[in-house]
Amino acid sequence: MRYLLIAGALLASVLGVSAQQKSAADGIAEYRKMLEDGNPAELFEAKGEVLWKQRRGPRNASLERCDLGKGPGIVKGAWVELPRWFADTQRVQDLESRLLTCMETLQGLNAVEIAKTPFGRGEQVSMEALVAFISAESRGLKVSLPQSHREEQVMYEIGKRAFFFRGGPMDFSCSSCHNQAGQRVRLQDLPNLTVNPGDGVGFAAWPAYRVSSGELWSMQRRLNDCFRQQRFPYPGYASDVTIALGVYMGVNAKGAQSIAPALKR
Amino acid sequence: MADPMRIRAQAAGDKATVRVLMAHEMETGQRKDAAGKIIPGWYIQEVSAQLNGKTVMTAQWGPAVAKNPFLQFAIKGAKAGDKVSVSWVDNKGEKRTDEATVS
Repeated sequence: MRYLLIAGALLASVLGVSAQQKSAADGIAEYRKMLEDGNPAELFEAKGEVLWKQRRGPRNASLERCDLGKGPGIVKGAWVELPRWFADTQRVQDLESRLLTCMETLQGLNAVEIAKTPFGRGEQVSMEALVAFISAESRGLKVSLPQSHREEQVMYEIGKRAFFFRGGPMDFSCSSCHNQAGQRVRLQDLPNLTVNPGDGVGFAAWPAYRVSSGELWSMQRRLNDCFRQQRFPYPGYASDVTIALGVYMGVNAKGAQSIAPALKR
Repeated sequence: MADPMRIRAQAAGDKATVRVLMAHEMETGQRKDAAGKIIPGWYIQEVSAQLNGKTVMTAQWGPAVAKNPFLQFAIKGAKAGDKVSVSWVDNKGEKRTDEATVS
């Protein structure tokens, strides 16, 4: 009791509220609010904007003519409509796979090599910054993935199957953790990804800056780590299964306001 | 060359609140890499802030400050239109200075 009182007095002086009346979730929300003011994702956004406009690669070209789904060079609003069908590549692509296409066709960089590069090295560093910049240009917009093309519908169904697929040494699936609201792993809320979990939650909160590791994680990296946590083999970077999962989560999250690049523990 | 800082300075009443994000690894020198070798320390040691060219704050930092640090402070008497610049020097002697206008 005594230490509770002391802790309460300390918190009250700092935050102006009584500690006893707060739930754990309130405490976490407060901590996030305090961090929000200086989200280092901004540093990645600034770097990404420079990279987008910079002439690079063997062809010495910028990415400013890259078509992210809304026409060549249009960045604003692109993120909340990805993954989507692209006629030129005849594929449903997410942001990272689309960027790989642009880096190869416009700049002459080797997409296969970039996809094979471990996170946080070489061109993957450029990828993080580009993803931060492009998603930031859709901040505050509502997630609205197109589902009119047949391939987009097929990808949704594949994503759904992948989401519920149980396997690995722990007999896990994505849905083991993400099919009901109010679940938590330690202090991390687990959003229900089979429905729209709300504004700025789940699909609408990535890419994000991870405070604990000081890294900016794209959706590809987030999914890669989900596979690791399930003890599944790592998925290929920008592979179809990761894109299908993106379509599944994105379509379910229709109408959620994007806060990307967000700030995570 | 280090990446730029993000500086925001906002006047309210007789002071301006300055918020700075710095891009820096802030490697402590205590960590080991995958091969078991110590990663050399690399962190910001000196931070200073100027208001219209006059130094208003200096700070000595060390390896305990987080990667990509966030710094917030207030300057008394700063008003809209004033220039705030922030500089840092790290233990390798690398420097960076960026400037912002108080809004």
